[in-house]
Formats: sequence, structure tokens, C-alpha cells
Amino acid sequence: MTDHDVERTLASGPQAPSGQHWARLRAALAERAAGEGLLDVAYAPMDSPLGPLLVAATTVGVVRLAFDNETSDAVLDELALRVSPRILSTPCRLDAPRRQLEEYFRGERTQFDIPLDWALTRGFRRQVLAATAGIPYGATGNYRSVATAAGNPGAVRAAGSALATNPIPILVPCHRVLRSDGTLGGYRGGPDRKTRLLHLERGPTDPA
Amino acid sequence: MSGLLPFERVVDRYGGDVWRFCASQVGVDPADDLFQDTMLAALDAYPRLRDPNAVKAWLLRIAARKAVDLFRTAARAPAAVADPDPGAVPGPQPPDERLWEQVRALPVKQRQAVALRYVLDLDHAGIATVMHTGTEAARRNVFEGVRSLRARLDD
Repeated sequence: MTDHDVERTLASGPQAPSGQHWARLRAALAERAAGEGLLDVAYAPMDSPLGPLLVAATTVGVVRLAFDNETSDAVLDELALRVSPRILSTPCRLDAPRRQLEEYFRGERTQFDIPLDWALTRGFRRQVLAATAGIPYGATGNYRSVATAAGNPGAVRAAGSALATNPIPILVPCHRVLRSDGTLGGYRGGPDRKTRLLHLERGPTDPA
Repeated sequence: MSGLLPFERVVDRYGGDVWRFCASQVGVDPADDLFQDTMLAALDAYPRLRDPNAVKAWLLRIAARKAVDLFRTAARAPAAVADPDPGAVPGPQPPDERLWEQVRALPVKQRQAVALRYVLDLDHAGIATVMHTGTEAARRNVFEGVRSLRARLDD
């Protein structure tokens, strides 16, 4: 064998794992990481009537829910920067939130029983978002009432801003907040998704 | 911590190359376990990584170190590294597999340097970075490794 033959054979293998082998290896890595406490953020995609969602959770609880108007790269980059870069796709860790969301979309669930992680929201914004939980399923509030519930009745624009940047939509029901004149107001996932969530919650008898 | 990719993306970008390096060092069958151990160790230390641009070299360094640990273990538990069964009658083997066996039989520095050069396509500076040597030492390790392989395969 010449040096050239040796070099050529060395350069031709081994081949990178692919297909099912690679998928199995990745899944096993994520599960072991989670089991050994090395995984700070687990995430998984899921389908929904509002399009694909990305759901992410820490060991504390769900920390992020994104619609597909935000790219997964942008969502993961933000999590890496603001929570931790130890992030892996780990669907098994998101089973409970995904199941509850599916029940919600089927109209079978009106209240979520999922721990949340507020790492991405602080201070007044967090209080505003927590206040939206006081708006019952199927009902609505407005920006002023939410600002008031959060302890600062005058901070209507700040409340609007907090709602527009809600990192955990649907689970934190900012979609239930309208303008005082009854118009829709903003929504991180876009007005169409906000409307559809409100229609879902009003039920099949809703004429709108 | 800022400037670090999500680790999922690290696995996307470099996982294949890390696995191939693992397979070059310990054989294909043990490569999955070595890959897992490497990536878990990397994940553990990831937030403390000082140079986000040097992720690949850092991963390969971890893999190299863990492969060396496996070789030490192989002295006691032969299945840790893929070696020919010493009691078996040598039968026909794919010629490539003979070469890879001889790679695994090289002294550690040559074994690493040869794989980094030809499997991962690193230049001598890149090899030097992974192996914490000078560039000239890297070049020498590659050269002597290839020469040694050729000599063993000509036997």
C-alpha cells in the first residue's frame, strides 16, 4: 500500500451516522442529558390549529411558547442568551404541556394545570401577565383593567407592551385582553390567531 | 454565556464530525457510547466555554481524552475498543477495516493526528489546536502515523 492509498482510505471513512441511527442517537443524548440534570431547557415542536408551535420548559416549568411567525432559531437563540444555552430538543419532557394544549384546542380544557417559569419576564411586566390569569376562559378584559390589577392603573401602555411581549401565550392568556373600545388590540402571534383563540373560547354557539 | 449557540445547534453542526472522530479512535461499534459521553461532558461544561468560536476543537479535545480513557479501560475490558479477537482465525476482512485496526493500534498522538488530518480534514494548525501541541509536532505526528500505517499494512 502506498502512502497515497493509506491517505485515500483514511479520508473515505467512517461515514457520519444518518437516518434512524442519528435520530436514535440524538434522542438518547437528550434523554440522558435530562436524566443527569444537564439539560436546562427542553423544547419540542407541536402541531396546532394555529399552525406549528414551539414549546420550551425548564425544570421549573414552561418558559416559552412560540408561534411559527417567529423562527425556531430566533426563539432558541433568545433562550440560549437569556435562560441557558444548555438546550436540547427533548419531546418527552414536553408531554404534559403538549397534551394539555391539545385538549385546550379540542375545547376539552378550560384551565391549564402546568407550572410556568417566569424567567423571561420580570417586574411590572410579570405582574401584568399574571393578572391576565384572572380573566376567565371565554371572557375578556381590557388593558386598563389589567394595568389596574397589576397595581398601576395609569400604566396602560406599559401593560400593552407587556402583553405584546408575552413569552408564554395561550398558557398565559393575554389573548383575552382587548382595547377598552372593544377593538382587538395587538397579539404576538398576529390578530388572526388572537381572534381564533377568542372564538375557540366563546364556544360553538358564538355567532361571530 | 452570551454568544453561545443553543447546544442543539452545536450537535447539529459538529455532531457528525465528532462521531466520525470517535469511530476513528475506538471503532464503529463503540463510537455511539463514546459520542454520548463526549457530548454529555461538553453539555455539562458548555456554559463555562470561554471561546464560543472554538467549539469544534473543544469537542474534539473532549472526545480524544475520553477515547484515551477507553483505551486504558480496554486493557481490562476488551470490548471497550473494537479490536480483533486474538483467539480468532484471521479471515478475509474488508481491506479498509484492516487499516482502521492499525489506526487504533498506533501510539496515541499519531492515532489522533492521523484521524484529525484525514477524517476531519483539519490542517496542521487545527490539529495542533486540538492536541495542544505546536504545528510542527502535529505535522510530524501525521507523517509518522501514515508511515507507520503503511509499514504495518505492507507486512
